[in-house]
Amino acid sequence: MTVTPDLDRRFREAAATLGLVDIGFDIVESPIGELLVAASDQGVASIWFDPDPADDLDRLARIGGPRVLRSPRNVEHARRQLDEYFAKKRRSFDLQLDLRAMPPFTLEVLGELARVPYGETTTYGALAQRVGHPHAARAVGTVMNRNRIPIVLPCHRVVGASGNLTGYAGGLDRKETLLELEGAR
Amino acid sequence: MMEAVTIPPFERFYDEHRTEVLRLLRRRLDVDRADDAFQETFLRALRAYGRLEHGEHLRAWVLTIAQNVALDMLRRARPTEELVEAASTDSPPAYTELADLTDGLGPKERAAVVLRYGYDLSYDQIASVLGSSPDAARQATSTGVRRIRRRITS
Repeated sequence: MTVTPDLDRRFREAAATLGLVDIGFDIVESPIGELLVAASDQGVASIWFDPDPADDLDRLARIGGPRVLRSPRNVEHARRQLDEYFAKKRRSFDLQLDLRAMPPFTLEVLGELARVPYGETTTYGALAQRVGHPHAARAVGTVMNRNRIPIVLPCHRVVGASGNLTGYAGGLDRKETLLELEGAR
Repeated sequence: MMEAVTIPPFERFYDEHRTEVLRLLRRRLDVDRADDAFQETFLRALRAYGRLEHGEHLRAWVLTIAQNVALDMLRRARPTEELVEAASTDSPPAYTELADLTDGLGPKERAAVVLRYGYDLSYDQIASVLGSSPDAARQATSTGVRRIRRRITS
């Protein structure tokens, strides 16, 4: 005896409707592969490349609490906006973000990052300068690397001073694809 | 002291136990009501999940919730029938340790006593299992204890 997809869906929808989910997630298909998108009642909490349920569930619980549930309803807005972005019908995201427990420096850097316009690039050093720590390019790089809401917080628009792509937590191929999509390269 | 067992993310807990919960409910109820009870069971579990203090005995816990949801549904359908028998045919693990002591109690009081003293759950959590208020859970527990005490000392 197995739980039918219909019964399973009814439970997940009821859980989301009743607001009993700390973090709801779902897999979103995209031109750069499957994305695991998760949201709490505060907003989008993470977008991860190469979903790996065994590991991701624990990571989500550490962000928002143990009531982690696959729940399409929780990520509806994010899914729609990501679809539009990848279809080149959207240039900026209008989403609440869950940035809980992030240190002040990280928040400042991500705040500046969010202002880098669609289709443009900046450098780690320039971003460091903008948060008032001109010598902190490396620390800015670390923040980019650990950015748990990529694409929406566009760390792919940050490149090395020489114009090299430098690095991307999701892999350089993806960074290149995103920049091409935006017409930045 | 041993380190408390970590509470798994709900998705993993649900995935691990849903088949067994559905199987239990299908033995008690017809298909439609078993489906309703399935949803209710995991919603009750989800309500209490954030307040759990450790991840031990989760299987026993969710099967006890299912047991009680099924009882509630049967009671609603056939309010006058004796349901104690139905409650004990599965001998769920939640009852085993305190089985002798709690044998004579009604299903609600029994569940309340076992969850309180066997598993150290709070009245909030017990309330979620029984589908009642924390006050009613406290009441059921103390009534159960009183009955046991009376039996032991008489």
